[in-house]
Amino acid sequence: MKITEQEVEHVALMSRLDLTADEKATYTQSLNAILDYLDMLNKLDTTGVEPAAHVLPLKNVYREDKLQPGLDKEQALANAPEEEAGAFKVPRIV
Amino acid sequence: MQLNTLSVHHLSELMGKKEVSSEELTRFYLEHISRVEDKIKAFVTLTKEEALARARAVDERRARGEELSPLAGIPTAAGDNICTRGVKTTCASQILYNFIPPYDATVAGRLKGAGAILVGKCNMDEFAMGSSTENSGYFATSNPFDFDAVPGGSGGGAAAAVAAGEAAFALGTDAGGGIRQPAAFCGVIGFKPTYGYASRFGLISHVSSLGQIGVFTRDMTDLALILNEICGHDDKDATSASVDVPDFRKSLVNDVKGLRIGLPGEYFGTDVSPRVAAKVREAIVKLEELGAVCEEVAMPHIEYAPAAHYIISSAEASSNLARFDGIRHGLRVEAEDVLTMFKKTRGQGFGEEVKRRIMLGTFALSAGNYEAYYVKALKVRTLVKQDFDRAFEKFDCLLTPTSPATPFKIGEKAGDPVAMYLSKVYTMPANLAGVPAMSLPFGLVEGLPVGLQLMARHFDEGTLLRVGYTLEQSTDQTRLKPGLLL
Repeated sequence: MKITEQEVEHVALMSRLDLTADEKATYTQSLNAILDYLDMLNKLDTTGVEPAAHVLPLKNVYREDKLQPGLDKEQALANAPEEEAGAFKVPRIV
Repeated sequence: MQLNTLSVHHLSELMGKKEVSSEELTRFYLEHISRVEDKIKAFVTLTKEEALARARAVDERRARGEELSPLAGIPTAAGDNICTRGVKTTCASQILYNFIPPYDATVAGRLKGAGAILVGKCNMDEFAMGSSTENSGYFATSNPFDFDAVPGGSGGGAAAAVAAGEAAFALGTDAGGGIRQPAAFCGVIGFKPTYGYASRFGLISHVSSLGQIGVFTRDMTDLALILNEICGHDDKDATSASVDVPDFRKSLVNDVKGLRIGLPGEYFGTDVSPRVAAKVREAIVKLEELGAVCEEVAMPHIEYAPAAHYIISSAEASSNLARFDGIRHGLRVEAEDVLTMFKKTRGQGFGEEVKRRIMLGTFALSAGNYEAYYVKALKVRTLVKQDFDRAFEKFDCLLTPTSPATPFKIGEKAGDPVAMYLSKVYTMPANLAGVPAMSLPFGLVEGLPVGLQLMARHFDEGTLLRVGYTLEQSTDQTRLKPGLLL
């Protein structure tokens, strides 16, 4: 087994996902099936190969530093589940 | 006249000659949608009133004698992960069940500017993760050629809408085949431009380095007209390429004499169904008759592409989907503290496959696994890209089946995430390499469509248009109609 149920629990916490007991069990099984499949990459020797994060040779993409119209506060808040005094409202953090 | 089987350029001519108004055309489409939609279920949201208002506005502009784009007044649709100002955009996810974007995706805005009429937003696999549109957070979509079969995915709703005559063309997104595989399954043209050619601004992306906005169309001329509108640099997308955009209509050339077409042996192996392979070989024979030179080419790293794609796409998804946290938009499940609120909102708002990919990606990026999975996958990406570079030294384009098999039945692969993933095994390599790729319909096998895939060098969409146009002019196998339109 490449990932245990305890590790799935930890990954779920890092991913901010609440899982039911059933989900923990089924994800442990399906993630192991996927990781078994991904094992095939180990057949391939990649020593000395540069990793490719991107396909185009883009570098330092800038645009002119000038004022552009953006969303106003009302539009930005229009989809907020909860707002107060022109700000997004969140549950108590500290 | 069956207005919903005609191509965009044909409809545009009819409107130009005042034989039909945009309002009449839009009503025709909306009525057809209400007749067939209970069988197809292509749309998450319909925009009837807005569509009719826009159609009337186009008719007024035409009556004033304004010069209009060929897309003006044409009923269109878009995958529900492309932001449309004032129109609900859910990504087929419960976590965005009520999200109304305050702006248009650049590409959607360009089509709107050209006067295209959005009739609705299409169903898809949730956040574009899937190969069958069964992973939608709302409902499954049916294949217009067989209501018990899947339309493909992730863009199954948009492909089905075009195939079933519910939209004259549609926008979709392709990060691993999300346009090409459903296009093949539904018997329409599906096109993914070169990475960076069409703006990704306003696309609710799950895989930034692989995904592109592209289109579903009924013929090659329509494809050229739409690429003319959607390609080009956008300041709002830092991954947008600064290259000149040609007039793609100039590539609609009925001639492939001397064109060198590579046939990667790895795509014609044991994975592919013999009847699909036979159909693809018919297309190869046709192209040879027309003067193209078709030869086998080796791409030894292609077999590793799906595994590398699985890791890279999940890693990017785990990071991209962190923004859905119940604070700025969409679902919030209330809780006493913020951590529990995040976990409950995301646990309830995301569907099964989305949660699996977020966890797989988080796992692949975590300490101790980063080198073994993520960096390994990026190295394999280099090798896949080099396979393409080498093939394009000798060949102008590559031809393969789009999918190893014709559409599977709804439910057939639902319990097996790896089998589901691998149903797009032939479309994923082009995303890793960033090259333009197209699926073109080529006949039926047991009543179900077969797709040919063509891939070319970066920014050489012209060659794909040329090959597709030549085939379209030389055979009727590229024009398929489901029973409900006959």
